[in-house]
Amino acid sequence: MKKYILGLLVGVVFLAYSTVLRHQHSASIIAPATLSKKNSSSSSSSTSTSSNASPSTNSSPATVQYKDGTYQGSVANAFYGNVQVSATITSGKITSVDFLQSPNENPNSIYVNQQADPFLKQEAIQAQSANVSIVTGATFTSQAFVQSLTSALNQAKQG
Amino acid sequence: MKQTQLIMGMPITIEVAERNTDAARHLDDTFTYFRAIDARYSTYKQSSEISKINNGLPIDQWSDEMKTVLALCEKTREETGGYFDIRHDNKRDPSGLVKGWAIRRAANRLLRRKVKNFYIEAGGDIQTYGFNENGEPWKIGIRNPFNMSEIIKILAVRSEGVATSGTYIRGDHIYDPLHPGKTIQRVKSLTVIGPNVYEADRFATAAFAMDIAGVSFIQSKPGLEGYMITDDGIATYTSGFERYVVNA
Repeated sequence: MKKYILGLLVGVVFLAYSTVLRHQHSASIIAPATLSKKNSSSSSSSTSTSSNASPSTNSSPATVQYKDGTYQGSVANAFYGNVQVSATITSGKITSVDFLQSPNENPNSIYVNQQADPFLKQEAIQAQSANVSIVTGATFTSQAFVQSLTSALNQAKQG
Repeated sequence: MKQTQLIMGMPITIEVAERNTDAARHLDDTFTYFRAIDARYSTYKQSSEISKINNGLPIDQWSDEMKTVLALCEKTREETGGYFDIRHDNKRDPSGLVKGWAIRRAANRLLRRKVKNFYIEAGGDIQTYGFNENGEPWKIGIRNPFNMSEIIKILAVRSEGVATSGTYIRGDHIYDPLHPGKTIQRVKSLTVIGPNVYEADRFATAAFAMDIAGVSFIQSKPGLEGYMITDDGIATYTSGFERYVVNA
């Protein structure tokens, strides 16, 4: 009986938590540091990584200073919809990036074909080692994301 | 000969795998064509025809080509049960169709100039013709939506179009601000192989918006094959897809 009550309690807490999450209207935080890390880690043996976010010891006057506040990026086209983010700067650093628009606003997109299609096949995806020169993959959402974020940060620079 | 240029906000790569043709001239000419497309259809350029149309240019001043493209958009909207729609906030944005359409047109221009072995890739959408420089079918990798630097499938194609719609935003839990409580798409990436990149691209775009029903939609379309990856790392693919797969 105690187990039941405990289980119920956990369930209720989880539900409440997910409801709160959903109403925050926010996406996970992606700071530019994560982006540049992702880019540099793809070239495995490179050691010199010049970070955009934190200028090095060069006494260049182009040191980027962001003013605190929340800045809305431009609406960027991700082909099947628009992406718009806002960036929040606290103590000169990006502390959160939220999605104001994401390309999933089609009210019909929750439609799910419940009927299993007998012709379809399934497998777990697996990395391939071979080199190919042509790659297909969607890059536009992330490009739109970067575009919107860049415009938000440009506003932060100007204050 | 292979070259990449940044046009229409994305990298465009063209490779001509022929020694006896004037490859450099063909590349230059094709890139020039894409720049002209960008100048007409870019919604980011105030001077473009589409921007002028969105700002109220009377219909009798629209170019014939624009009318054709907008008619194709409307046709695609009807063919996809409304999932493909270029209208947002009373503005038209045909870029979801123009990419595939422009690649196909650029490829047809090369074919008319007797270039037989080449590919054009723009933002991950590809049209191939003939063979690569080793006389083999062109090989195309499908990018892992969970790891941008990884390939999870290799396709061998000759004269086909391949396009992928997807989202690679990391973190995965995006909550729709306009529809609180609605779970966002389970599909991370949907690749479509078709008779040409125009068909592959427009149907990939529409099927992606259908979420996990998208691959069934592709299955129902003759001449199209699809490979859909969901957030659980499982791929669901159409009955004829395997004939393109190369085992690495």
